[in-house]
Amino acid sequence: MIYFFIIGIPCLLGLIALMISQDHWRPWLLPFGCALNLSAVISCWKTPPAFLNGWLGLDELSLIVITLVAVIFLISSIYCLEYLRLRRDRHNRLFTACLFFTLAALNLVSMSRHMGLLWIGMEMTTLATAPLIYFNRNEKSLEATWKYLMMSSLGIGFALLGTFFLSASTLSLPFKGNALSLDTLLAQGPALSAQWLKGAFILLLVGYGTKMGLSPLHFWKPDAYGESPGVVGAILSGAVISAPFLGILRAFQICSCAGLGDFCRELWLLMGLLSMGTAAVFIIRQRDFKRMLAYSSVEHMGILALGAGLGPLGLWAALLHLINNGLTKGLLFLSAGNIHRAFGGKTMEHAKGALKRAPISAALFLLGFFAIAGIPPFSPFISEFSILRAALGSNHLLIALSFIGLLSLIFIGMANTVLAVVYGVPPDGQHSSLPEKAERFPFMLAAPIIFLVLIIFLGLWIPHWLSRSLLHAAQILNGEKA
Amino acid sequence: MQTSNFFLALIVFLSLYMLGSSSLKGAIKAFSLQGMCLGCLPLTLSGGDLKIHILAIASGIFILKGLLIPRVLNYALREVKIREEMEPLIGYNASLLVGAGLVGVSFILSHRLPGSPAIRDSFLLPASLSTAMMGILLMIGRLKAVTQVVGYLVFENGIYLFGLAFSYQTPWIIEMGILLDVFVAVFIMGIVIHHIARTFDSINTKNLTQLKDL
Repeated sequence: MIYFFIIGIPCLLGLIALMISQDHWRPWLLPFGCALNLSAVISCWKTPPAFLNGWLGLDELSLIVITLVAVIFLISSIYCLEYLRLRRDRHNRLFTACLFFTLAALNLVSMSRHMGLLWIGMEMTTLATAPLIYFNRNEKSLEATWKYLMMSSLGIGFALLGTFFLSASTLSLPFKGNALSLDTLLAQGPALSAQWLKGAFILLLVGYGTKMGLSPLHFWKPDAYGESPGVVGAILSGAVISAPFLGILRAFQICSCAGLGDFCRELWLLMGLLSMGTAAVFIIRQRDFKRMLAYSSVEHMGILALGAGLGPLGLWAALLHLINNGLTKGLLFLSAGNIHRAFGGKTMEHAKGALKRAPISAALFLLGFFAIAGIPPFSPFISEFSILRAALGSNHLLIALSFIGLLSLIFIGMANTVLAVVYGVPPDGQHSSLPEKAERFPFMLAAPIIFLVLIIFLGLWIPHWLSRSLLHAAQILNGEKA
Repeated sequence: MQTSNFFLALIVFLSLYMLGSSSLKGAIKAFSLQGMCLGCLPLTLSGGDLKIHILAIASGIFILKGLLIPRVLNYALREVKIREEMEPLIGYNASLLVGAGLVGVSFILSHRLPGSPAIRDSFLLPASLSTAMMGILLMIGRLKAVTQVVGYLVFENGIYLFGLAFSYQTPWIIEMGILLDVFVAVFIMGIVIHHIARTFDSINTKNLTQLKDL
C-alpha cells in the first residue's frame, strides 16, 4: 500500500536514526530517505491510488502539497549533510530523527481525508519540529521553543474545537456515521447546519492560522525562525506551513460545498490584509536579517490568504504561490544561514558587506530577495501578479490597491536591510580569518542554487501537468465537482 | 445523568480551585483529579451500554490524564526550588472572580448555540466552555512554566468535554490519537521545562523575554 509506504518509511528511518550511535554517518540517512520519499510521491502522480475508506486519499490538492514538501525536504537534506558535519559540537541524533518524523507527519496531513486524522497529523508536526528549533541549545533558542510550543498548542486546541464544530454541523441529519470524514461532509453539502459550519471555519482559521503564522497570532514566528538553524527555517517556512494552509483550505472546501463560500472569502481577505499590514510594520527598520525573513513569511502567509479569498483565479494563484514561496524561502533561509555563519552574527551591526566575505551566498541572498519581492523572471512574480489580476477581476479595487501598496512598502523595508547586509564594508575583528573558510562547502551552496534554478524555471514555464492540477485543485476547493 | 452532572460539576470546581491556588503541586494534584473525573464521564454518559471501545477510551483518559501526565509534570519540577506562584500576572482573587464570571457566560453561550435540545440543555456544554476558558485564563495569567502547561491541559480538557457531546460521531481511533498527541505534547513540554529550570535556575517565564523587535 503506497499510503503506508509514504507515512511508514520516514517513521522507520526516524527510528533507525535514533538507533545509530555514530554522529558521523547518521546524516547520510537524510538524502537517502528524502529521495525515497520523493520517488514514492512521484509514482503517485503517475497512477493515483484509490481512496482508502474515507481515511486517506490523494486528490490534486494533496498531491501538490505532498510533492512540494518532498522537494523541499530533499534539497534541504543535501544542505544538512554538510551542515551537520560542520556542527560537530551538537549531537545530531534527535535532529535527524525529528526531521524524518516531521516529514511523516506532513505526509499524513497531506493525505488525510478525515478532519480528525488531519488534526492529529498537524499536532504531530508541531511536536516533531520543536526539538529542531531548540537545536542550538542556548537561552534564546529555549525561549523560542517555549513560545512556539505554547502558541501552537493553544492554536491547535482551537482547531480541535473547530473540528468538533464540524461534526456538530451534522447533528440535524439523520445519519450516524463517520461525521468527520471529508467525503461525507462534502456529500452532505447544503444540508449541514450553516451556523455550526461558520463557527467551525472561524475556529479552524484562527487555530491553524496560528500554526501558519497569520497575524495577529504570528508572534512565535520571528523567534522560532530567528533562533533555529537556517535549514530549519527553510523547512518550517516552506514545507511545514503548507500543512495548516491545507487544513484551512479543507474547511473552506466544506463550506463552499455548503454554499458559505462568500462568508469564508471575506474572512480570508481580512486575515490576509491584516497579516500583510503587520509584516509591513515590523519589517521596516528590522536589523536582524533572519527575523526579517520571518516577517516576510508572515507577509506571504497573508498573500496566500488573500489569494484564497479572491475566487477561482485567486485560489489558483494562491496554490501556485504556496509552491513559489516555499522554494524561494528555501533559497533565502539557506543563503542567510551561510551568511550568518560567515559573520558569526545575524544583525546589521555584525553582518555587513557579505558580498566580500561570502560572495556566492550573498549573491544568492540578493537574488532571493528580488524573487520574493515579486520581480520577474522569478516565479513568485507570476503568482503575485495573478493575485492582483484576481483582485481586479472580481471588482476588489480597494484590496488590489492595498495589496500593491503593502507589497511596495515591504519591498522598501526589506531592501534597507538586505542591501546593508550584502553591500557595505565588512567589520574588522575576530572573524577576519573566516572569508576563505566561509564558502568551502559545495553542498551548502548547491542546495540554495537548486532552489534558485527551480524558481527561475517555474518563472519561465509552468509545466502542463502542474498547471492542470492547480486548476483542478482550485475547482474542487470552490465546491465544483471535479 | 445524575452521576455525569456530579462529575461535570467537580470538573468545573477543580478548574476554579486551580485559578485560586498558588501552589504548583496543588495545581498538578487538582489537574490529576480532573483527569480522573474526565475518565469516568464516558462510562456514565453511555448509560450502562458499555462497549469495549468506550471502556478503552475511559481507561486511556484515566491513566494518561489522571496518572501519567501529572507524573511527567512532577518529574519536570524535580530541580526546581521555588514551588509557589509568587507574582501572578492576574491575581488569585481577580482570577477567581473572572472564572466565576466565565461560568456564567458559558451557560448563556451554550443556550444560544444551535443544536438539538437534548445536548443544549445538558450540563456538558457549559461545563466544557467554562473549563476551556478558565484554562486559557490560567495560561495567560500565570508566569511559571508549569502552571502554563496545566492551563493548556485544562483548556484541552474543556475541548475534550465538548467533543464528548458528539462522541458517537468520532471514531475511537481518532479519540485515542488525540489523547496520545496530548500526552506527547506534555512530555515534550516537560523536557523543555526541565531545560528552562536548568538554564535559568527557575521556571519563571519572565526569564524568557530576551527576544523582541528593537
